[in-house]
Amino acid sequence: MKLPYERPTLRRLTAGTLSKFGPQAGAGVRPVAEVAGASVPALLAQFGSPLFVLSERQLRRSAQALRRSFGTRYPRVQLAWSYKTNYLNAVCRVFHQEGAWAEVVSGFELEKALGNGVPGHHILFNGPSKTAADLARAAEVDAVVHLDSFDELRALLAVAAGRPRPVRVAVRVNLDAGLPQRWDRFGFNLENGQAWQAVQQVAAAPDLALVGLHCHLGTFVLEPAAYGTAAAKLAALAQRATHELHQTIDYLDLGGGFPSLNTLKGSYLPGPDLVPDLDEYAAAVAEALLGAGFAPEALPLLVLEAGRALVDEAGYLLGTVLATKQLPDGRRATVLDFGVNLLFTAYWYDHLISPVRADAGRPEPTVLYGPLCMNIDVVRETALLPPLGPGDQLVVHRVGAYNMSQWQQFITLRPNVILLDLQGNSHIIREAETLEYVQQPERVPEHLL
Amino acid sequence: MPLKKNIATSEAGFVFNPATGDSFAANPLAAEVLKLLQAGHDLAAIRAQLLERYDVPAHQLQHDLDDFIWQLTSFQLLEE
Repeated sequence: MKLPYERPTLRRLTAGTLSKFGPQAGAGVRPVAEVAGASVPALLAQFGSPLFVLSERQLRRSAQALRRSFGTRYPRVQLAWSYKTNYLNAVCRVFHQEGAWAEVVSGFELEKALGNGVPGHHILFNGPSKTAADLARAAEVDAVVHLDSFDELRALLAVAAGRPRPVRVAVRVNLDAGLPQRWDRFGFNLENGQAWQAVQQVAAAPDLALVGLHCHLGTFVLEPAAYGTAAAKLAALAQRATHELHQTIDYLDLGGGFPSLNTLKGSYLPGPDLVPDLDEYAAAVAEALLGAGFAPEALPLLVLEAGRALVDEAGYLLGTVLATKQLPDGRRATVLDFGVNLLFTAYWYDHLISPVRADAGRPEPTVLYGPLCMNIDVVRETALLPPLGPGDQLVVHRVGAYNMSQWQQFITLRPNVILLDLQGNSHIIREAETLEYVQQPERVPEHLL
Repeated sequence: MPLKKNIATSEAGFVFNPATGDSFAANPLAAEVLKLLQAGHDLAAIRAQLLERYDVPAHQLQHDLDDFIWQLTSFQLLEE
């Protein structure tokens, strides 16, 4: 009887970087053989590697948790699902079943939302690049246009003229909420008076109906207090519109930017130890709105455009090791069958990555490379994983946000995406691409045939 | 490719290079290979001995030993 084998490994011991937060170092080492109750090897055998997996149960849980956090603190709350975060129709429809409206940022996304059965009046149209055709379509279906600029206002006035009903409009506001990085490229600035000017112009336009005020503070915002500040400022603007222009504002939209539990690159603490609970955001917002002086019967609807915080946790990327090698500097390198082409968020996060095999041996630091013939294709600069070999399988956690919309068809084809439903059944919700699919829009000039 | 004579190793897999001050943790098989290298065995003999004792395909062991030697080289633990 031969002894079990574990590859010989040598790990340099580095004094000074030992962390008292022990679990962080070992967090990725725990084997994960199942995701959302399904066997990883079985899923990969059935649907191929790599494979995106989404858990319907987790999608619904997240939507319900957000509603609970805000709804128990403020009486009128509405979620508008951020389409760009993941606009696979099955994902969108889960959130719409949970009562979410749609928040879209292009004509393409507007049509997707309509196709998913969202009534036009439950679609909020954000974004800086609405064409005249987009604006006309939004007006036709009664979506709310979130105005981004005075040029867009002029374009919308031209589109709105002569229509049987006024086009519904919200003014997008950027403001100082005390965050180090201010997102001031979208909408009208509050502090310099632009936002008030926009409110006045919309209120004065008979073809437009001012129904809302909107702001979006940023992305992966870790300061709940900033949302309280933004809510207070929007509320003050709404009350000024009411008092000075006799204009009732139906809703205040605080946008998105709520973080998931991923670990940002450069962060000392892992996401789960660092990211505030949604309850803290809800408490800050509710306190600001309830203390803003609205009459109880005139409290505006609070709209939230959460994306990442709802979908990230529900997504997994399963993949396989293609090769391992030794780098000249002594580091281990592991080549995977997925890279930044599929895992766009590898640029932002140190994703938690788990081995599937339980008896894989003592962890060692390794660089994780993707399959692209490009130097930038690094999934993790360093990850502590057991010795891996070709064929070993891995699970990347919290990949539901942005990857399935920002991924690239680059060098390789995009793989299957499946949804595990509440009964554990698997459904392909986006088929793996084929050469024919990718080449279908191409045309070859006659002289090259 | 013998191990440098001044490299200190322990049964538990602790490796120390007094010339550079670097220290390393070897897993059990790495510690065993280091011990065999220190005893003057060449790579072919080590490979044969490990194949006898461990449940591993020959091609994988070859690959892993090659990688391990590269690692020892890059950590400056082998004689030039």
